[in-house]
Amino acid sequence: MSVELLNFIETVINGLMSGIMYSLVALGFVLIFKASGVFNFAQGVFALFAALTLVGFQTGQVPFSHLINELFGTNFHNWYPSLHSFFAIILTIITMIVLAWLIEKLVLKHLVNQEPIILFMATIGLAFVLEGVGDLMWGSDVKVLDVGIPSGGSVWLENTTIGWASEGSEYYGMYIDVLNVWATIIAVILVTALALFSQYTKTGRALRAVADDHQAALSVGISLRSIWVLVWAISGFIAMVAGIMWGTESGVQFSLSLIALKALPVLILGGFTSIPGAIIGGLLIGLGEKLAEIYIGGLLDIGAIENWFAYFMALVFLLFRPQGLFGDKIIERV
Amino acid sequence: MGLKKMLVGLLGSVIAIGGFLEVATADLKFPMLVYRTGAYAPNGIPNADGFVDYYKMINARDGGIGGEKIVFPECETGYKTQVGVECYEKHKENAMVFQPMSTGITYQLIPKASADGVTVYSTGYGRTSAKNGKVFKWIFNAPATYWDGASIAVRHILKQNMGNIKGKKIALVYHNSAYGKEPIRTLQVLAKKHGYKLMLLPVDHPGQEQKATWLKIRKQRPNYVLMWGWGVMNQVAIKQASSIKFPMENFIGIWWSGSENDVMPAGAGAHGYKALTFNAPGDDYQVHKDIKKYVHDKGQASGDGSHFGTVLYNRGLFQAMVQVEAARVAQKIHGTSKITPAMYRDGMENVDLNAKRMEELGFKNFAPPFKNTCENHGGSGLAAVQQWDAKAKKWNMITEYMYGDSEVVDKLIAEDSTKYAKEQKIAMRCN
Repeated sequence: MSVELLNFIETVINGLMSGIMYSLVALGFVLIFKASGVFNFAQGVFALFAALTLVGFQTGQVPFSHLINELFGTNFHNWYPSLHSFFAIILTIITMIVLAWLIEKLVLKHLVNQEPIILFMATIGLAFVLEGVGDLMWGSDVKVLDVGIPSGGSVWLENTTIGWASEGSEYYGMYIDVLNVWATIIAVILVTALALFSQYTKTGRALRAVADDHQAALSVGISLRSIWVLVWAISGFIAMVAGIMWGTESGVQFSLSLIALKALPVLILGGFTSIPGAIIGGLLIGLGEKLAEIYIGGLLDIGAIENWFAYFMALVFLLFRPQGLFGDKIIERV
Repeated sequence: MGLKKMLVGLLGSVIAIGGFLEVATADLKFPMLVYRTGAYAPNGIPNADGFVDYYKMINARDGGIGGEKIVFPECETGYKTQVGVECYEKHKENAMVFQPMSTGITYQLIPKASADGVTVYSTGYGRTSAKNGKVFKWIFNAPATYWDGASIAVRHILKQNMGNIKGKKIALVYHNSAYGKEPIRTLQVLAKKHGYKLMLLPVDHPGQEQKATWLKIRKQRPNYVLMWGWGVMNQVAIKQASSIKFPMENFIGIWWSGSENDVMPAGAGAHGYKALTFNAPGDDYQVHKDIKKYVHDKGQASGDGSHFGTVLYNRGLFQAMVQVEAARVAQKIHGTSKITPAMYRDGMENVDLNAKRMEELGFKNFAPPFKNTCENHGGSGLAAVQQWDAKAKKWNMITEYMYGDSEVVDKLIAEDSTKYAKEQKIAMRCN
């Protein structure tokens, strides 16, 4: 094969895998929007908060230690030296469930039947509050996150593909980050689990009923509030997974909340109400932006186009299919 | 009188007293533009802590500067240019000096501060040609500029290649902002001079996703990669470089891409990564002992004190020390402790931090000596290369402090500053 073709295949694979990372963030948005009609602006901060909490539990950091030490002149920093990642993840999941319950109790409950824009504004407020609380709880330092997921280029793939290029050509083998492979596996497991849960469990069916029609679900005795807590908790769990993947890549720091911006074009493409849409949308955006950055950018000798190119793709798509690939068709009856 | 009126009255009194106190004690006002929140906070916090601890130490140990206490109101910019300008407008009254901590903010403040008569000190960042004091009366960027940095990095590469880098490829991975774009001109001129090929690879804010950039690097195999990054961009770039197995000893960051924060997330993969620096890391200097004694041991450390001795904390100490020294020099020149902003500028222009003075200030061997003059607001232009040891988790200085390519840099500075002077109709000074 020619080196150009191999490089193109490498770009396509890496684009698709980056897209999976975006999908992990987009999934959380979709779940909440589907069940409650709320566009949760705080989803990126959820990922940040979950990752901060996970590292906090792993390292035994005392929450709010800065504040406590400042107020009482103490010198508390750590409860214990370290905790196994498995237990830290369990504790983080419990924290995210408690957070979901608090959000329902303190925010959503009081905004039932309000306009969607009010709920959206509430999630903006939530994002800033949660970011501030996260800062107070765990501090602003860059934190190293390691839950044992391998990362770095795959040596096996590189060695296997190095001989694929035509003889005499300069080729170094194909590059794929193992972390992205794991993200793909985890995303597949997550989507399968979500599909099975919503299809074959009583709670899952209730969740689908709420997503289809709130009023009808209420009339058959489904508790809207419990479903909301459940959905926000699941979305918190997904945020934790996204936080782990992104945090492993860059360390856990406050810029992690900006990954939500990566999910927006994915949602526009895939639709706000479709789980498969979030995955396909992510794949398309990841693929599109990487091809644009390397080939269009290379052709025009410009760089840093991938960020805005994702939105350009979303905008073009919006013109032809405003509901997204898998979103519910918008039908207005007169 | 209702409770509401009482509360309003009480609040008014508190504000009035607060305002009075600020005026009464605002002997020397050094406003701080900081970013303790947002995407760049991990870099902004240790740097700001260095400033605060140093000012607190001077107030506690010396009773201020020449008997005048330092006040240092903080204004949060979030590294946003517009917010930085608002902070400047809010605090410019009677301010001695502004340290914008952002090249974008510095560019915006240059014309404003020059018109208002306020000193701007952008330590090793900002507009490089502001080094020319003949044009930029109020702006200082000592001890080194980005163009010094670019040419020092190239000089280091030249040394490693016996002075011949013809045909080599050097990539610049840069923050797609005023800051990141600053070295491009110099690197282009140096490319012509030395015959290397320059690849320009911008990374958009914040730099969380850089896969395409590093795929390009992997395909095009530059011999060296230089980085002008900040915040998460640094951490992701170092991790990606390690992931594609780019030789880390050929990856060199500017002095803002060489803190502990930048290398720790990549773990062992960051071993061998290099960065320029104009100050030493570590906490074994007299200044640290004084800060410990007068600030930390009294429970008054900025933040939780955990950044003590880190690269960016130490840089904050250095920046604050220069600002304080400028005030001392101004007091000496004008024979009064109650200096005005204009007097302060004179002090900054006459700062002479030679080795002896550095030692007196507790900074022995902490940074290379430098001196500002009317013509030269950019100091010595010296910087060294430090290398990360991932096992020991510390930076090691691997070269002496060295000069950049003054033949190239001085010419570019003269060109750029003269052009600016013509545009702004500024008469040359220092004749």
